[in-house]
Amino acid sequence: MNARAPKEVVKEASMLKQKEMISGNYAKLASAKEQGRKVVSTFVPGNLNELIMCFDLVNNLPEINAIQNGMRKKTGGYIMEAEKRGHSEDVCTYVKADLGMIAKGNLGPDGHPLPAPDALLLSYTGCFTFMKWFELVREQYKCETLMLHVPYEGDGHATKNMRDYIVKQLKEVIIPGLERVSGVKFDIDRLREILRESAKAESHFVWVLQSAKNKPSPIDAYFGGVYYVGPIFTAFRGTPDATEYYRLLRGEIEQRIANGQGPITPDGEMKEEKYRLVVEGPPNWTSFRDFWKMFYDEGAVVVASTYTKVGGVYDLGFRHDPDHPLESLADYCLGCYTNRNLPSRIDLIEKYVNEYEADGLLINSIKSCNSFSAGQLLILREIERRTGRPAAFIETDLVDPRYFSPANVKNRLESYLQMIEQKRRSGIAPPAAAMPGAAPAAAMQ
Amino acid sequence: MTTLREINERCSALYEDLNFGYAREWKAAKPGRKVVGHMPFYVPREIIHAGGGLPLGIFGGGDQLEVIHGDAYYQSYICRIPRSTIELAVTKRLDFVDGMLFPSICDVVRNLSGMWKVMFPNVYAKYFDVPQNYRDDIGGTFYINELNELREGLGKLAGRRISDDEIRASIVLFNENRRLVREVYAFRAAQPWKAPAADVYLLMRAGMTLAVEEHNRMLREYLDAADKADARKRDNCRIVVTGAFCEQPPLNLVKSIELSGCYIVDDDFLLVNRWEQSDVAVEGDPLANLAHAYLHNSAHTAAKYEDTEKEKGMWLVDSVRKNRAEGVIFACPSFCDPALLERPMLQRVLAEHKIPFVAFKYAENSGQMQPIREQAGTFADSIKLWSVQ
Amino acid sequence: MRTFIGIDLGSTTTKAVVMDENSAILGRGITNSRSNYDTATRVAKHEALIDTRFTLFRRGLGAIAFGAGLLEQFLAELERAFRLEQYLEQIGDLERVCGDNAQGERFRDVQGKIRDALAEVFAQLRKDAPALFAKGAKRKSDFFRDIAGSRFMAIGEEVAGRYKFPFDLLLNIYDRSIIEVENRPPADDESGKLLRALDRAIGFMPSLAGQSADVAQAVRASLAIPLEETYVVGTGYGRVTLPFSKEHIRSEILCHGLGAHLMYPETRTVLDIGGQDTKAIQVDAAGIVENFQMNDRCAAGCGRYLGYIADEMNLGLHELGPLAMQATRTVRINSTCTVFAGAELRDRLALGEKREDIIAGLHRAIILRAMSILSRSGGVKDQFTFTGGVAKNEAAVTELRKLIEENYGKVAININPDSIYTGALGAAEFARRAVVH
Repeated sequence: MNARAPKEVVKEASMLKQKEMISGNYAKLASAKEQGRKVVSTFVPGNLNELIMCFDLVNNLPEINAIQNGMRKKTGGYIMEAEKRGHSEDVCTYVKADLGMIAKGNLGPDGHPLPAPDALLLSYTGCFTFMKWFELVREQYKCETLMLHVPYEGDGHATKNMRDYIVKQLKEVIIPGLERVSGVKFDIDRLREILRESAKAESHFVWVLQSAKNKPSPIDAYFGGVYYVGPIFTAFRGTPDATEYYRLLRGEIEQRIANGQGPITPDGEMKEEKYRLVVEGPPNWTSFRDFWKMFYDEGAVVVASTYTKVGGVYDLGFRHDPDHPLESLADYCLGCYTNRNLPSRIDLIEKYVNEYEADGLLINSIKSCNSFSAGQLLILREIERRTGRPAAFIETDLVDPRYFSPANVKNRLESYLQMIEQKRRSGIAPPAAAMPGAAPAAAMQ
Repeated sequence: MTTLREINERCSALYEDLNFGYAREWKAAKPGRKVVGHMPFYVPREIIHAGGGLPLGIFGGGDQLEVIHGDAYYQSYICRIPRSTIELAVTKRLDFVDGMLFPSICDVVRNLSGMWKVMFPNVYAKYFDVPQNYRDDIGGTFYINELNELREGLGKLAGRRISDDEIRASIVLFNENRRLVREVYAFRAAQPWKAPAADVYLLMRAGMTLAVEEHNRMLREYLDAADKADARKRDNCRIVVTGAFCEQPPLNLVKSIELSGCYIVDDDFLLVNRWEQSDVAVEGDPLANLAHAYLHNSAHTAAKYEDTEKEKGMWLVDSVRKNRAEGVIFACPSFCDPALLERPMLQRVLAEHKIPFVAFKYAENSGQMQPIREQAGTFADSIKLWSVQ
Repeated sequence: MRTFIGIDLGSTTTKAVVMDENSAILGRGITNSRSNYDTATRVAKHEALIDTRFTLFRRGLGAIAFGAGLLEQFLAELERAFRLEQYLEQIGDLERVCGDNAQGERFRDVQGKIRDALAEVFAQLRKDAPALFAKGAKRKSDFFRDIAGSRFMAIGEEVAGRYKFPFDLLLNIYDRSIIEVENRPPADDESGKLLRALDRAIGFMPSLAGQSADVAQAVRASLAIPLEETYVVGTGYGRVTLPFSKEHIRSEILCHGLGAHLMYPETRTVLDIGGQDTKAIQVDAAGIVENFQMNDRCAAGCGRYLGYIADEMNLGLHELGPLAMQATRTVRINSTCTVFAGAELRDRLALGEKREDIIAGLHRAIILRAMSILSRSGGVKDQFTFTGGVAKNEAAVTELRKLIEENYGKVAININPDSIYTGALGAAEFARRAVVH
């Protein structure tokens, strides 16, 4: 007992730290108006948190609000509200959860009112819906909207033209706009300082993700991963708080590796690592705990996930660079996972399956998110063909409780894990050629 | 002289030919010819043409294509056009197409560009980005460079550099095409009983297949013939259809709207042939001219960012006024993010301007027209009632 | 002897297969799943064990030299006699329960009449029973609820009329009682019933003549073989609700793949179209699942779709296929959405399309859905095995054959009349492998 107690305290340190950071940001938002602080809303992928900090703006992230509301089971009602107001059942539920929340009084996930934004920073990265989302929000608030158009890496790489275009928008549109909104003059040296802090946290963060290469993996890189990405993907990148969070987290994980321990789950420590999976796609938030439980009950650990790359694929080497501040912001925006083309996504997943020695790929296909979902069935085929390891497909949604069918998900997940198990027992690692890629010409060409 | 019936039959045959016989023959007629497919809503067709290529609009499989393998690539909550497009390709109906361009219309078409690269590695597949910033020195510069990149890519396909002069010559032809298209639309808005919606639709669809020179001829013939048509004016109301700019409505839907008592006086079915709203300048740098037209003089659609809140949806109000329409029909494909997310914003603007509207969804293979007929019919009746009051 | 049992808890029926240690099938059992998987499991297993007894009888009687067809005749007679015994036992149970349920406030005024009426109804049910199980008799269903229910309705209505009280009262009693009886685990005394059936069957078969003593002895000897339930594996949608521990549960995909492999060892692709889902499974040479795909969240194009169409058209499910076979052309149906099926159907009829042509179109539509799922799972490889309720539908099978040939060339297509047991068979084999290596 005594031996365990200190460990649990250590474990809690990073969690408590993050909790405190998040509630601190919501408190800042709640008091922004009375404190005379300006608020900017922006999206997670390719966010310009460092730049926002340069103007002393408070950062409000609608996606995070939707996630938090989803985990608190509030989104079902919000979505219905938005649909009542004319939104189609077909479209993104983050958008509807946000608009429904605004329509119902704009109380944040913690129950405190969210302030009307003074500006919308539309970093249009990796998701078409972002553009419509902020057009819709702009309709509500009639506030200044700053569009940063980030071109898509259609050919699998960033070009000079793309980078120049973004830098020019930053210089000519975004920075002057933020100056106007905040009344604060832009100071590039301040930006450099913040970027320097970002890079520190980013290196810790990559270490955390790559700790999953251990056997057993000390972390779950999907269900746990969504917590680990919290500070770096949101309003905290570039703050000493974020660096401190990752330092704590890293210490805890080092300890777990030393002890040969697996990940912590809501039901305590995971006993046996039976399956190592790579997961593609965002999680479901409304039944997040139940969803996770289906994995850890079976001894399945996620060792790498693509969702934890939507706010930057840092493990491929990118760091914010104080010596090239605007250029590195441009590269950051360009390189986010959903801004990479489909072949690059396949390459990345293949690399994960191999480097993390995974048993296979599981795709959680999200109804709301075409940016992720369109093409996932080809990803599945390609990964099976290239790695010779089996892949499986489940379907849920982000924050619409109507689209989470536990029996269905469980059935597929169990079938998949048992299939892996059976293959192992039979000692047959199927050769790549025997996989579905070898379907007749009519099916694949 | 070509009769309306002949034109209509030619257009129908082109529309129904899911093997693209015309484009195949065009390509076979001369060695080295290249066919470059493109998806909705817009690509600079001038550059393809300037490289000696045939731009071929790939607008899905319609309601006559049975999708077997295409469904294997898409979940049920994704629209239909990408799956029928893949079906066309895996069934070798597009095996003669040398290049495919995927405009930045939404994430589904965007991702399809990458799927094409994986599935058909021998085809020049390009995601074609357009600026969402409309300043010449920012979005303009970006776009000129993108156009140049496209020019180089298509040049490689053509086996030679595509010259400025060639692009200028193509601009002239496409200016002519757009002028004629605008004339047909203006003619229909003036005398819709002489230009049935389905005929005009097929005429425009023909322009997605035919060489521009040939389509120009056809448009002229149509204008001549339609003007002389002996058709009776009906007591229909006049409406604008919007939301159908990517996945196309089945022809029966277009017909059903008109049969229910609505003259379509404007629509956004095939934006690519009316994208630039007046002539693209011919003198000077052709790419800069194309960029300028894109930034300052192009059609509005949900795929394009509206940078001024006040201007949101005003193009639709303008279209209603200019075409003396009495209402708007939102016909959007199921699961179409751009159209469906845009819809509430446009509806708000219409409501503010007291323009009535009705909305429904379709898929390119929708078979049931009864609900459409009922809704459009009721809408037409209610408009007539309002106008009496 | 050691037996290995696989149980497949489907959404409409529950199936059981009993296997010996050499993978030979000894018996099969099926029952409706009710809303009670616990009982369904017990009933299906029980039925499969009875079937196993008959297999053992056959083995035991193998040593006797019978005249042509006599063995089959006897076994059929024995089974009919046994079913009758079983039926009579359940009728007795039902009568007792009905009696208990005919108490209380609402029956006070008519209690006497009801008691007499029930006695009369059940006397008649008993009297009718032998005819129901006589040679050549046709029953719409083998489930007790269906047989007893239809007879009860017919007799009860007439009797209530004579006794001058509303038939509703009887119906109410019946409805409450049948659930209780149906959900009761089968009574234990199988040997007793089989022995009584043996006497009855021998009595019916004078042709056995001098052999009857040998026959009776062989049956008794077989009956004395103890059946040990060595290992049970459950599968199917209801599996998680079973009181089975984890080691005793396998996913239906795995079971289905293995079951199809046991039926046709050359199988590489399996398609199952069931009531609620469609699965495409790729298996290797050992029956191990390599890949699978199921219909997505949307149940479009599953068996239920045809059920819905049948309801809409006021037809029996089994009538759809033959009707579609009469089509002269196939109407193109683009929606496989079950919810819209009715509307689409009426739309087409209103347009003047012929009923059989529309139905042919509906069959094609559901097979097209299946083709997509097959394509998603990796296509169709030789040999191909088709299972599930829809595999019994001739029109669907014809359409499937055509589309497979068009898209994948010549492929051997297997359809087993016992394909409904595919999942249970795989589960039984898993049970066997858990013990016998």
